[in-house]
Amino acid sequence: MSVNRLRGLALLPLLAILAGCKAVLLNPPGDVARQQSDVMITSVVLISLIIVPVLVAIGVIAWRYRASNRKARYQPDWEHSSQLELVVWAAPLLIIIALGAVTWIGTHQLDPYRPLSRVDDGSLINYKARALEIEVVSLDWKWLFFYPQYGIATVNDVAAPVKVPIHFKLTSSRMMNSFFVPALVGQIYTMAGMQTELHAAIEKPGVYKGFSANYSGLGYTDMRFTFRALSRKGFEKWIAKARASGHVLSLPAYRKLVEPSRNVPAEYFSTYASGLYHRILNMCTLPGQVCMDKMMAADARRNQWGPEASKKSQARSVSTEPQSQTRESSAH
Amino acid sequence: MPHRSEFWNFLLGNLSLSVLPLHNTLEDRILQVTFVIVAFSGAVILGWVTVKRQWGYLWREWFTTVDHKKLGIMYMILATVMLLRGFADAIMMRSQQAIAFGSNMGYLPPEHYDQIFTAHGAIMIFFVAMAYIVGLMNYVMPLQIGARDVAFPFLNNLSFWLTVAGVMLFMVSLFVGSFSRAGWLGYPPVSEYQTGPGVDYYIWGLQLSGLGTLLTGINFVVTILKMRAPGMKLMKMPMFTWTSLCTSGLIVVTFPILTAALFLLSMDRYVGTHFFTNDLGGNVMMYINLIWIWGHPEVYILILPLFGVFSEIVATFSGKRLFGYSSMVYATASIMILSYLVWLHHFFTMGSGPDVNSFFALTTMMISIPTGVKIFNWLFTMYRGRVRFDVPMLWTMGFLFTFTIGGMTGVMLSVAPADFLLHNSLFLVAHFHNVIIGGVVFGAFAGINYWFPKAFGFRLDAFWGKVSFWCWQIGFWVAFGPLYILGLMGVTRRLSHFEDPSLQKWFIIAAFGAFLILLGIGAFLMQIYVSVRHRERYAVGHDPWGGRTLEWSTSSPPPAYNFAFTPVVRERDAWADMKEHGYKRPLEDFRPIHMPKNTGTGVYIGMLGFGFGFAMTWFIWWLAIACFVGMIAVAIGHTFHYHREETIPAEDINKFEHTGNWKPGVEGAAA
Repeated sequence: MSVNRLRGLALLPLLAILAGCKAVLLNPPGDVARQQSDVMITSVVLISLIIVPVLVAIGVIAWRYRASNRKARYQPDWEHSSQLELVVWAAPLLIIIALGAVTWIGTHQLDPYRPLSRVDDGSLINYKARALEIEVVSLDWKWLFFYPQYGIATVNDVAAPVKVPIHFKLTSSRMMNSFFVPALVGQIYTMAGMQTELHAAIEKPGVYKGFSANYSGLGYTDMRFTFRALSRKGFEKWIAKARASGHVLSLPAYRKLVEPSRNVPAEYFSTYASGLYHRILNMCTLPGQVCMDKMMAADARRNQWGPEASKKSQARSVSTEPQSQTRESSAH
Repeated sequence: MPHRSEFWNFLLGNLSLSVLPLHNTLEDRILQVTFVIVAFSGAVILGWVTVKRQWGYLWREWFTTVDHKKLGIMYMILATVMLLRGFADAIMMRSQQAIAFGSNMGYLPPEHYDQIFTAHGAIMIFFVAMAYIVGLMNYVMPLQIGARDVAFPFLNNLSFWLTVAGVMLFMVSLFVGSFSRAGWLGYPPVSEYQTGPGVDYYIWGLQLSGLGTLLTGINFVVTILKMRAPGMKLMKMPMFTWTSLCTSGLIVVTFPILTAALFLLSMDRYVGTHFFTNDLGGNVMMYINLIWIWGHPEVYILILPLFGVFSEIVATFSGKRLFGYSSMVYATASIMILSYLVWLHHFFTMGSGPDVNSFFALTTMMISIPTGVKIFNWLFTMYRGRVRFDVPMLWTMGFLFTFTIGGMTGVMLSVAPADFLLHNSLFLVAHFHNVIIGGVVFGAFAGINYWFPKAFGFRLDAFWGKVSFWCWQIGFWVAFGPLYILGLMGVTRRLSHFEDPSLQKWFIIAAFGAFLILLGIGAFLMQIYVSVRHRERYAVGHDPWGGRTLEWSTSSPPPAYNFAFTPVVRERDAWADMKEHGYKRPLEDFRPIHMPKNTGTGVYIGMLGFGFGFAMTWFIWWLAIACFVGMIAVAIGHTFHYHREETIPAEDINKFEHTGNWKPGVEGAAA
């Protein structure tokens, strides 16, 4: 049965309630979000196979064996039945095996770090040729976006052409946030000194809501941004608008921007200090701060000559790639 | 702050008049009104106790008691009081979210609103849900295993007062300074960067009550393993005792993790270490892992005893043995073990990679297997039974419907790809309220209605009980149904203001649901008031429901020594078996019984603990040192009390065994 059929089935009981509201998570326009939503709906259908009969049985059995119904059979010592025991363990087990398979496959296919192989239900794409790179930093309490391929930066406003794979790299200046555009793709945390990644693509043009989904202090409520899905032409125009702003995000300007502020309007920078995202990620935007990757590289070299250096660590330290991120360190 | 001399700084730490809510702001106005109400009702209660000359009675019979039954009752009262506090927070949040749209910012700015959701979560888990389950286990478990008290009666009293100390720190934060704004688990970096006393109140409140809970866990494990009546093999223990054992085991293993995580957090805050900040190699995710390695087992600590309560109630009110006892035991034990292996599902979105996420998604789903088995077994217990729908059974039916649906949304959240969409959404908020209200709260009310006649010799009024049940049941769905829908619309939690006006109707419905729940709480209080007021009319015998386990074999209320002769157990449902075989209670040849004597040590240590926590919060170092040394000194001093036991003479026992409440009346079973 296709997922769309399943979707229809699962939605039947919910339709009455959901008719009036825009439940974006049940039918998101972003291709990845849509697949995540499909997994969710499949899981509802699978669990319903057991939940619905149980809910009915609770009502039926309680009513049938009510004390006033003297016609029902009464067996006060009946407490065991091997066949029934087998059923009550096996039935949920089978459902969970099925659901587990769906989850295993879904979790791997929809891994946020996995480059997209499609941008809609249609054909496969050549990811490397077309991906749009966006670097995201959550500040207190606003969002900063870098477009390394275009050299511009924006605050609280991010845009992408439709049906183009987008590759987000994300970090944070201080608080932990979660980058979330429900229409586009599931969320991912942003953490200071660490980088996470997200791949997504949007199918339909439109203006969508984005925000932080993880509580990060007093300005959290207003930590919203706009996500614009534009035609190729509209996107070029949007970039041109940012370039025309004439504002420069220099290092001192960034130090001012990073100060906590709430409810910040969108802002556009035609250029930014080179390597700024790298400095934010490695926590060296203030004068005199040593970048974490440099510090770790130095540590690795020192360890090479230290008494505890093993052959293994020597082998690893040949390439002094920054180890500041978790498993995603090799993504540059 | 005006300049003051070094002496005053030393004496008062960070305390000054400016930390009191005396400013002309809306937040302080709300607090002033609250303070007036609290102070007034407090004065009325204290005045009443003084006028009636009851301080001595309270001190001798209750505060210093080591009797597990009285401590159980005190835990239940504490939990109910804190339920009112936590619910006041809930109503404030619901009303803020119902009005704060567009240009209307509502009446709670983030500075205040964020404290409220933090307090609501922490209080409801630590001081309502935990206090209810510890209270129930305290009262019922020793009676069920035919013991005269727990293994360490003094420790039990100390646990209670440490919990009270934690409660007091939380409550004082209302009026002196402010509370944490870091959420109920105190995630860094928010909890590290928040200045002021809020997070410190939170840390010390939880350290004290957490220590109390840990001691309770140890106490109960030893009690169940060492003090069962002769003949009660492990596989003959009542289901509630089994779940108490598993919960206590979980407490013993997990609460030290909470203590350690909070200790590291306090090191970061007090002496500038960097365990959980990103400088110098620290990492926030370390805290989030640690807190959930405690936090996930914690939710099973909460629900397992209530599974036990429902097992007892379903069997009793179906007039039938529990179906699939061994299955139930293995299901409970496997839930206990699996609950350690799922913590990462609280942060799939951290970016751990698909293999790690899949592992934790699968372990999480696996928990639904034993849980499903339990639901089936309760169902088959009703099957071919004679089900009486008294109030405890009504709550159980409500639980079966509500919890099953909550379980379904839980499995949805455990599917990692779906969780990337649903994480931190109102769908998640609706889910955990669905299982905690539908499971823990409904279970607590079921247990209260079920064992109240045991504790007091009269039952609770059924009319108000039913009103309370229906208000809670309907109110729950009206309050949290909209949150499920809002979650699917992509609305996240902890927001104090919204821009999209089309969402408002859902929040208004949710607020109305919260109001219905308020009526449910009111009806519960009314139920207690009416029943106490007309207790003669509601008087019942010692076994009003046709019980199956040993607690129903003794008087209602039970004597201090519980059982004049230790019962001998032959069958699983020991009391049902005794009744079936025409058990005759012995009425002569009583022997004197040694019982532990009351002691004030627990009160002293608990209150010194409060002083220590308060002093640490406000940086009053001399007071912190004094209180800490005081706690140690009192504890050591207690070891020199050599006369800790007293003897209940045989005549007193003889008298009680002839005059106690042994009426056979099975009033509730009449239907």
